[in-house]
Formats: sequence, C-alpha cells, structure tokens
Amino acid sequence: MERITSHSSKHSEDINKALQWQPKPLRTRKRNETIMRTLMLIALYCTISFLFILAGSIINNAFGYVLFTYEIHPTEFSQGGEINELSHAKKIAILKENLRERVYITLDRKKPMEKRSSQDLSAIIFSRVLKASVLEAYSLFESLFQRGQLIENALTYPNADLIFRSWISPRFIRGEQSTNPLESGIWGAITGSVGVILVTILFSFPLGIGTAVYLCEYMPRSRWKNLLQINIYNLSGVPSIIYGLLGLVVFVRVFLPITSGQLFGFTSGAATDSGRTILSAGLTLTLLILPVIVINTQEAILSVPTYIKQASYGLGATKWQTVWHHIIPYCIGRILTGTILSVSRAIGETAPLVVVGASTFLTIVPNSIFSKYTTLPIQIYQWSARPQQEFQNLAAGAILVLLTIMLTLNFIAIMYRKRVQKKLARL
Amino acid sequence: MADSTTNFSQKQASLEKKTRIGESLIHVVLFACALCSIFTTVGIVVILASQSALFFADPQVTLLGFFTSFEWQPSIGKFGILPLLNATLLTSFIAVVFATPFAILVAIFLSEFTKPRIKAIIKPILEVLAGIPSVVYGYFAVGTVTPVLQRVFGSDTVEFYNTASAGIVIGILILPILITMIDDSLTSVPNNLREASFGLGATRLQTSFGVVIPGSFSGIAAAFILGFSRAIGETMIVALAAGAGSALTWNPFRGAETMTGYIVRISGGDISYNSIDYNSIFAIGLVLFLATLGLNIISRRIVKKYQWNV
Repeated sequence: MERITSHSSKHSEDINKALQWQPKPLRTRKRNETIMRTLMLIALYCTISFLFILAGSIINNAFGYVLFTYEIHPTEFSQGGEINELSHAKKIAILKENLRERVYITLDRKKPMEKRSSQDLSAIIFSRVLKASVLEAYSLFESLFQRGQLIENALTYPNADLIFRSWISPRFIRGEQSTNPLESGIWGAITGSVGVILVTILFSFPLGIGTAVYLCEYMPRSRWKNLLQINIYNLSGVPSIIYGLLGLVVFVRVFLPITSGQLFGFTSGAATDSGRTILSAGLTLTLLILPVIVINTQEAILSVPTYIKQASYGLGATKWQTVWHHIIPYCIGRILTGTILSVSRAIGETAPLVVVGASTFLTIVPNSIFSKYTTLPIQIYQWSARPQQEFQNLAAGAILVLLTIMLTLNFIAIMYRKRVQKKLARL
Repeated sequence: MADSTTNFSQKQASLEKKTRIGESLIHVVLFACALCSIFTTVGIVVILASQSALFFADPQVTLLGFFTSFEWQPSIGKFGILPLLNATLLTSFIAVVFATPFAILVAIFLSEFTKPRIKAIIKPILEVLAGIPSVVYGYFAVGTVTPVLQRVFGSDTVEFYNTASAGIVIGILILPILITMIDDSLTSVPNNLREASFGLGATRLQTSFGVVIPGSFSGIAAAFILGFSRAIGETMIVALAAGAGSALTWNPFRGAETMTGYIVRISGGDISYNSIDYNSIFAIGLVLFLATLGLNIISRRIVKKYQWNV
C-alpha cells in the first residue's frame, strides 16, 4: 500500500514538474545550436586536416638540402666539379686510376666498363672514388625558410657541398640498398613487395571466393554454418601480428622444406636454407586477408537477385553451372573491388612480415619465391626507426612510393567498380 | 528434325537424380576452401597455446608471477606481464580519449546535420585515412608528433620515445573506424523518432542529443569497444614511437614498451627457436589474442542485441 502511494506521489511530482516546465527561450536554443554546429565543423576540419598534416610531413621530408662531404672532391677531376660532364673514356680512366685493381676487375667482370652507361659510371665514381657522406640533411621547411642559416652552416665545413636533393628519384627507385643514405635505393624492396603480393593474390583469391561460394550457395543452413560465419568474423578482427606468429611457426618452421624450396631443389642464388622466404610471407598475408575477402565476396554474392538463380535452375542448370555462369559473372565487379582493396591493405602490412622474418638489410634483388626478401613497409620501418634526418628523408621517399602504389590500386578498383556498375545498369 | 522429336517422346525422361562426378568434386574442393578458415583459427589457438605452454613450463616462469609481478626483464629472469599490459592499456586509453570528441562530433554532423551530397565528399577522405598503412602512421608519430609534443611541453618532460605520441597517432588511426561505425548506428535510428521530436518543437541539436544518441547508445558503445580492441592490437606505431624497454609508468611522456612492441622487437632480432625469449612472445600473443577476441565478441553481441528492427 505504502509503495503504491509513494509511487503515485512521485508520479504526481513528475506531472507537476512537467507542467511547470518552460521551454528554453528561442534565442538560447538557437545559440546552443550555433555553438555545437561550429564545434562539429571544427572537429570535421581537424579530422580532414590530420590527412593533410600527414601528407605534409611526408613531403616535408622527401625533399630538401643535404650537406655532404667527399673523401676526394670532384674538382680534382673536372674544373666545374661536374663528374657527369666528363667523357666516357675519362671516367674509365678515373676509375682505373683510383680503384684498387681487384675491385676494378670485379666490376669489369660483372659488366665491361666500356659497355656501361655514362650514368652508371658516374654513379660508381660517386660511391667508390669520391665517397660522398652526409654531414647533415634538412627538411623542405628548413630548406625554404632557413636557407641563409643553412648556407652559413655549410661554409664552416671545408670540402663540403650543399645540394638541394629530391630523395625520391629514378636512382632511388632503381637503386640497391646501401648503408650510405645518399646511394640507398629500394628496388629490392619493391621487387620483394610485388613478389609477396603476387603470392598472396594467387592463394587468397581462389580460396576466398571458394569459401564464400561454399558458404552462400552450397552449405545448408545449420548451426555449423553459423559457427563458420562467426569464426570468419572473429578472424577478421584478430590483430595482424598474431597472424605473424602463426606464419612463423607454420610456414617458417613446420613447412620449412616447402617454403624454403629445398623440396624442389632451390638452394642457389638468393635462396635461403631457412623458411624466411617470399613464399612464407605471401602465405602469411593470405591468411591475414582471407577473412576480409570472404566477407566481401559473401556480400557481393548475396546481392545477386534470386530471380537470376531461379531462372538458371529452372532451365535445368546444375549448381556449379549456376554459380559459374550466372552468379559470379553478375557480381564479379564487387568481388574484384573488395579483393583489390584488401590486397592494397596487404601491401602496407608490416608487423606480420617482421615476425615471419623479412630481411632488414639485403643488397640483392630476390629472384624466386624461395628468396630472402625485404618489402617497402619493412624498409620504411627500418629507416623511420633511425633518428638521423637523412634516414627520415629516405623513409619519406619510400612512403611516397608505397602510397603511390596503393593509391593506384585503389583508383583501379574504384574505376573498375564504376565501369561494372554502368554495365549492370544497362542490363 | 522430325526424327529427333519422335525419339525424344519415345524415350522415357528419367527424373532420378543423376550422379555428376564433376559437381561433387567441385563441392569437395569448395568445402576444402571453407575448411581453411577453420584451420586458421585452430592453428592460431593451438600454436599460441602450445608455445605458451613451453614458456610456462620453464622453471623461471610461474603463472601467478606472470600476471602479478611488476617487472618484465627476460634477461634477468623476471617475467611479469603487467608493465607491458599497462603500456598497452595506456596507449589505447590515450588513443580512445583523443579520438572520442572528434569521432562523436563528426559522426553526429555527418548523420544529422549535413546533406548526403557533402557526406559523399567526406566519406572517401575518411576511407583514404583508413587505408594508410600503420607503418606510415608510425613514421608520422616519430617524425612529427613527438617533436611537436617536445616543443609544446619541453623536451625535459617529454622523452623522445613516449606513449602519448603513440597514443595520439593510434587515435587518428582508429578515427575513421569510429566515425563510420557511429555514423552507421546513428543513421539506423528510425526516422519517425526524429520526426516526432521535431513535431514537438525540438531543434536539430535537441533531437540529436535527446533522441538519436540515446536511441543508438549501444551502437556507439560497440564502436568504442571495437576501436579499443584495434588500438590494443596496433603494432607498428607503438614499435616506432612508444620505445623499447618495459617500464611500469602512468606518465604518458615516458617511454614504455607495449605487448605488440615487445613481440616485434624480439622477433625482428636474431633469436634462436626454443629460447625463453622466443617462447615468451607466444605467451604475450596469447594474452593479446584473448583480449582482442573478447572485446570483438562483446562489441558484436551489443550490436546484434540492440539493433533497431524496422
């Protein structure tokens, strides 16, 4: 009884409160709305500006002045200090004169000096004879706005050159890795990345589509199907480094004879006797992106209208004929778009590859899937981890290359999606 | 022509199910594909568990000490996960705190205050932000955010490797996920609720905070749980920016190694298989796996349970 009265008294209190309630004046409400709207816009601009700050910090480091010194200054060989302007014969003469005999013969044996390009020769002169080394490197911001200070600073060093340098250049892209930041390149890393991604595509594409088709079209609705779906969703949320641990044990250690190529007799060249090969890295990334591809493909298959399936079955087609001739062609655009996007994410993946043992320093270009390898993100990681400015510059250059590759892939995916959508709209 | 029709009518059409070898073969192949995902899960669990078992079998390690000891120094035989766990929670906490105001405000703006046309411009920008590899964010943390922090707070208080910088950049990394998920859950609130609120004379703002946000509270909570789980599993940013060397500290301006950072540092160096260091990364991986799995499951449960059924 008491409870009821207390309840009803609270109720009447509420009613009284409601009766006494006055709406806030119109002006206050308008003011509040304006304030919050401004805050939201600020938040939005901040979010977008993160992207621009990130881009700016990359570009800031990709170009800038470098102060470097030579062991032998180029003016000793040419009056203007321009090695590039020397004649072919003169360059060979310089090399013959300044290199130790054994080094010269080795280089000559690799590729005869006379047949080498002029640029190639000057590159060798730079690295072997002049031996340029970085004293200080600057960011683009410093190069533009503190130029006077930099020049003053440069004058205090004898025998040093201050040159504005783009850290991303054809030589950087085609060059081999080196301990000297002025000569270091990323060709090995690019080849490694491409190799790993090709292996990943080769395995993940059929496996992913196969799984999705099985789940959507073949598997009867049951508890097991539910379990499988939940399992795939959970896998897509597992941190990438865990896949690295999985790959380390399964592909690098247990499947060693296969992933190292010993089983197939690959032991020469850049091949290793350990399982730390392009193949095991590609397989690890396959497991990593498989759940995402399956989820994507399932969505694509579910978007196929039922009447298409029913028409096909109605004409007496078998299950596989329906899938192969009607369902997959209908949604191949969406499947491919999703796959390309997840592959482009795999290109940027670093943590699992560190765990499965990408090489940190590698001067040879991988030549088979059983080779040692390094990839672009691994290079970026190695260079970013070093505090000196010149390595930050190298990292920025490599990031620009990586982002260009990824953006190109994304662009292809978007264009492809548009084209397929247009085609479907005409159907 | 006539011949074939008569032939057809004479022949009894068999309605029995034909056995098609090709079809069943394809069925088996597809089934094998689907098994791969099961094997992946089983593989992860078995490998993490078995290698961790090796780790805990070592006489230097005790299960109790692993979870309660305050020091992680494998070289002198001290294995307490708390410093690593603490650093992981600290960076993730900073990340979520940093991202929250941006995520909520931008999501409300996108779903309640703007036209679809503008949303169509902003969404791709968020997609680009979400597609940038985490190692690039790591470079950003070391090369840009840390120097800025040092300039603002003084380089005496801010160490070069610090959890604040890593946390902030992880916050930027999870921002697109948070915005997309919160926006989705706000948009899924039925329109008649909004219209009822407008009909009572409420402003857009009052409707957003009084009706739409309470109506999608579970979705927002799920988004934050998922974001937190992503932050815990994030590796490259903390490996680059948060420092190497475990430390039990709540000071965000000091360096402290996280669980993922430790795994990367140990596996990146040359260690021999079956050493205690090697086994320890699997024990930490197991803790990481269980934590993220738990958070993801909770997040999905919440979304499933409190969906609007329109």
